[in-house]
Amino acid sequence: MNLLDVKNLTVSFDTPDGQVHAVSGIDFTLEEGDALAIVGESGSGKTQTVMALMGLLAENGTASGNAWFRGEDLMAMDAQELNRHRGTDIAMIFQDPMTSLNPYLNIEKQMTEVLMHHQDLSHREATEHAIEMLRAVRIPDPEQRIRQYPHEFSGGMRQRVMVAMGLLCEPDILIADEPTTALDVTVQAQISQLMAELRRQSRTAIVLITHDLGVVAGLCDRVLVMYAGEVVEYGTVEQIYYSPQHPYTQGLLDSVPRLDDVEDQSLHAIPGNPPNLLSLPKGCSFRSRCSKAFDACREKPALTELEGGQLARCHLVNRS
Amino acid sequence: MKSATGTEAVLRVQDLAVHFQVHKGGLMSNKISVLKAVDGISFDLAAGETLGVVGESGCGKSTLARAILGLIRPQRGRVLWLGENLTGLDDEALRKKRKELQIVFQDPLASLNPRMTVGDIIAEPLKTFYPKFAKVQVEERVRGMMKMVGLLPNQINRYPHEFSGGQCQRIGIARALVLNPRLIICDEPVSALDVSIQAQIVNLLKDLQKKLRLSLIFIAHDLSVVKHISDRVMVMYLGKAMEIARQGALYRKPLHPYTSALVKAVPVPDPEIARQQPDTGLTGDMPSPFEPPQGCVFHTRCPFVVKRCKVEVPPLRRMENDDWVACHCAEELDLTIRRVAVRKRNQDE
Amino acid sequence: MELGDIRGRSPWEDAWHRLLKNRAAVFSAFIMAAMILVVIIGPWLISWEADFTDWDNTSTGPSLSTGHWFGTDAVGRDILVRTLEGGRISLLVGFVATLVSLVIGVTYGSIAGFYGGITDRVMMRIVDIIYALPFMFFVILLMVVFGRNIILIFVAIGAVNWLDMARIVRGQTLSLKNTEFVEAAQACGVGRLDIIRRHIVPNLLGVVMVYVTLTIPQVILVESFLSFLGLGVQEPMSSWGALVNDGAQDMESAPWTLIFPAVFLTVTLYCFNYIGDGLRDALDPKDR
Repeated sequence: MNLLDVKNLTVSFDTPDGQVHAVSGIDFTLEEGDALAIVGESGSGKTQTVMALMGLLAENGTASGNAWFRGEDLMAMDAQELNRHRGTDIAMIFQDPMTSLNPYLNIEKQMTEVLMHHQDLSHREATEHAIEMLRAVRIPDPEQRIRQYPHEFSGGMRQRVMVAMGLLCEPDILIADEPTTALDVTVQAQISQLMAELRRQSRTAIVLITHDLGVVAGLCDRVLVMYAGEVVEYGTVEQIYYSPQHPYTQGLLDSVPRLDDVEDQSLHAIPGNPPNLLSLPKGCSFRSRCSKAFDACREKPALTELEGGQLARCHLVNRS
Repeated sequence: MKSATGTEAVLRVQDLAVHFQVHKGGLMSNKISVLKAVDGISFDLAAGETLGVVGESGCGKSTLARAILGLIRPQRGRVLWLGENLTGLDDEALRKKRKELQIVFQDPLASLNPRMTVGDIIAEPLKTFYPKFAKVQVEERVRGMMKMVGLLPNQINRYPHEFSGGQCQRIGIARALVLNPRLIICDEPVSALDVSIQAQIVNLLKDLQKKLRLSLIFIAHDLSVVKHISDRVMVMYLGKAMEIARQGALYRKPLHPYTSALVKAVPVPDPEIARQQPDTGLTGDMPSPFEPPQGCVFHTRCPFVVKRCKVEVPPLRRMENDDWVACHCAEELDLTIRRVAVRKRNQDE
Repeated sequence: MELGDIRGRSPWEDAWHRLLKNRAAVFSAFIMAAMILVVIIGPWLISWEADFTDWDNTSTGPSLSTGHWFGTDAVGRDILVRTLEGGRISLLVGFVATLVSLVIGVTYGSIAGFYGGITDRVMMRIVDIIYALPFMFFVILLMVVFGRNIILIFVAIGAVNWLDMARIVRGQTLSLKNTEFVEAAQACGVGRLDIIRRHIVPNLLGVVMVYVTLTIPQVILVESFLSFLGLGVQEPMSSWGALVNDGAQDMESAPWTLIFPAVFLTVTLYCFNYIGDGLRDALDPKDR
């Protein structure tokens, strides 16, 4: 049995301008110790996918489909049941650590609260465990720093605290929504390394959400590329980086600025703008930005399985 | 200091320093701490040249931008624009100089007034400096600017929230260009954008610079973005310049340990290389800018620290080929970046 | 070939569309409009004069046969026409005093907030000082010095209400001042007053409008309160507050003299509150 099995997940929002399909029917699975990256531009539905899993959609959003976590369907649970899993079995860390930490409580309070609530630990046990966790994410002097407030930590340290809090109850799945986007490069490298290490040690499965294929390569095993609420390509990191099939994936790869190109070539951008879900073109939704679009793209392509289990939603794969 | 292209500099920044006085403590105490946001920065910039400025948050790069433009008054130093010292000018005279020096901001949406149309936003500098221009003239110029930055001129009456992040940044660039400035400072213009869109904006700035012979100061927190647009790169740390070097040299053989750490920190989009990517070598966090370390400001995190670094501030020294570095050990260290061969992508073209 | 210009949709238009979807607010706005119209036109259409004393019908209840639809008071004056004319005064006080406080408050607050430093400190201390004056004492003092006069009521209420407005506007200005678009305007060489006019004020109007819709009923209430204490409008003029005061005295013998003006007053206050709520929801950027 898979740890997490998502089938036909759909998310839509009611807005004043009409109904918006943020996620239209995506499937993926996650096994113990797996690391999956969900990659796409803003508006691709990558964040809403995991928000739906966590039951954290905004009020005007509705989700349907199935998400079996150890055989239980998360989508069919009520808030109370879901709460039992949130934080303990599935934890999430957000892009901006400042907004997800309570500025008026010190770190100790925020960390021990979860433990005492979910795991019935005494206050002392909880504090000890929290300090251990902070040490694991390499925060110096955790005994002292645990008494400090969020604003007394630097951005990188705060994100480490978030990782430590996410891992407190030893979750089976850690969902990280752009955990390093707001951070400096050197800190970004440290946090990425930290997550890779923790994954090796604790066998926690990781779902990394990002718009930057640069940060995925060293951390994840598999990549799911999303565009306009759909999966457009799926494969192992080797497949995605060395033989991407969808022009969108190729574009995302080309747009990552690299230091290791020897020749000084100019940067390749994906032309146009991220999709506006209210006015998607008919047929392939990437068509208007695709340099390889041809007649067949007026029809919506299906997700096709290729050699080695790689999936791609593009008419080009059938052509050759 | 001659600029890299050998031509005469249009902008000379000499020993520029901006210090902020910050009140600390509660109701009773009245301690004032001094934050040296920019502390003695010097560089030259030639016509048509691009200087990249790179450093982590809190290194003073944004403050430097605002001090050059006179939006913040520096404590010390001079900003010579075509030989004229801007720091000595009064507010009104400085305001007139805004025609020649412009800025593009980090957050594309926040830098546009949500209640103004795109046309009004781009026209505002024009109307400010040439109030006598006829309406038709202004509109024609605005439409021209929109076309130049890759926006459809028929969107002139739309509002900022109707555009995506990348398009908003194009609007910001059009506003900066409308007065025909000679220098544009870009303060992290792509940090808030999707990676796929970043390249559009970088390429646009590059094209415009060539076409209009602009001088550019391009600020970023990431060396990888700067690489594709800069002639020279300045690396800043805690308000000081660590290294100023030609773009190619800086990426191949950095002179300063901090530069080398920044180069190593850039993620490589290649699983095989990324998995064996070396550690940045940096230890710990950036120290508080209120209490910068004695001696070399970088010594608390430097893997090559020696005794001398803790007591003596290294001056910015000139090395071969007009590269500059502030490190006592620059000669002894070999920080050449070794690259693993890149596996070619197999694409069926 | 040039394509035709695309029309943009301003944040105001978006807010307007959202407001139109708020049924309570739209309904209240209709009632309010009807109320204003009736109050203005009504007295001309009714054959009774406000100060006419109908000796045949003193303290008669509402009836169609006497022609006094809302009844008469103890001295035989028609309640309907008096309620409508009282409404003119009440609404006029509400709108004029609010307008005065709006103009002074927005100008004062945005200048204090934007210039900051000493200017701000001096200007806000002045506000604090005026604020510290007891309001009733201030009104009584004015009455004693200048005698009772309707203009004085505008002045007294306006003089107090702009203080709140100035404080709110200053607070908004302080946060707007640090936005990037204001910095961008400064970098473009736009002058200070132009920045306030073009960038600050339009962006704080949303908050101000909500506050205005809540200030108008507040002002009407204050006027009623003054009239109730006998410090408001003078006979033969009247306002809803004065009428409620008169009615309250005859409450047991002639309840209609209290009920009709009280209903008009309450409905108006409710309408303004609903419109204010609707505006706040419509202008709240959280929705987007």
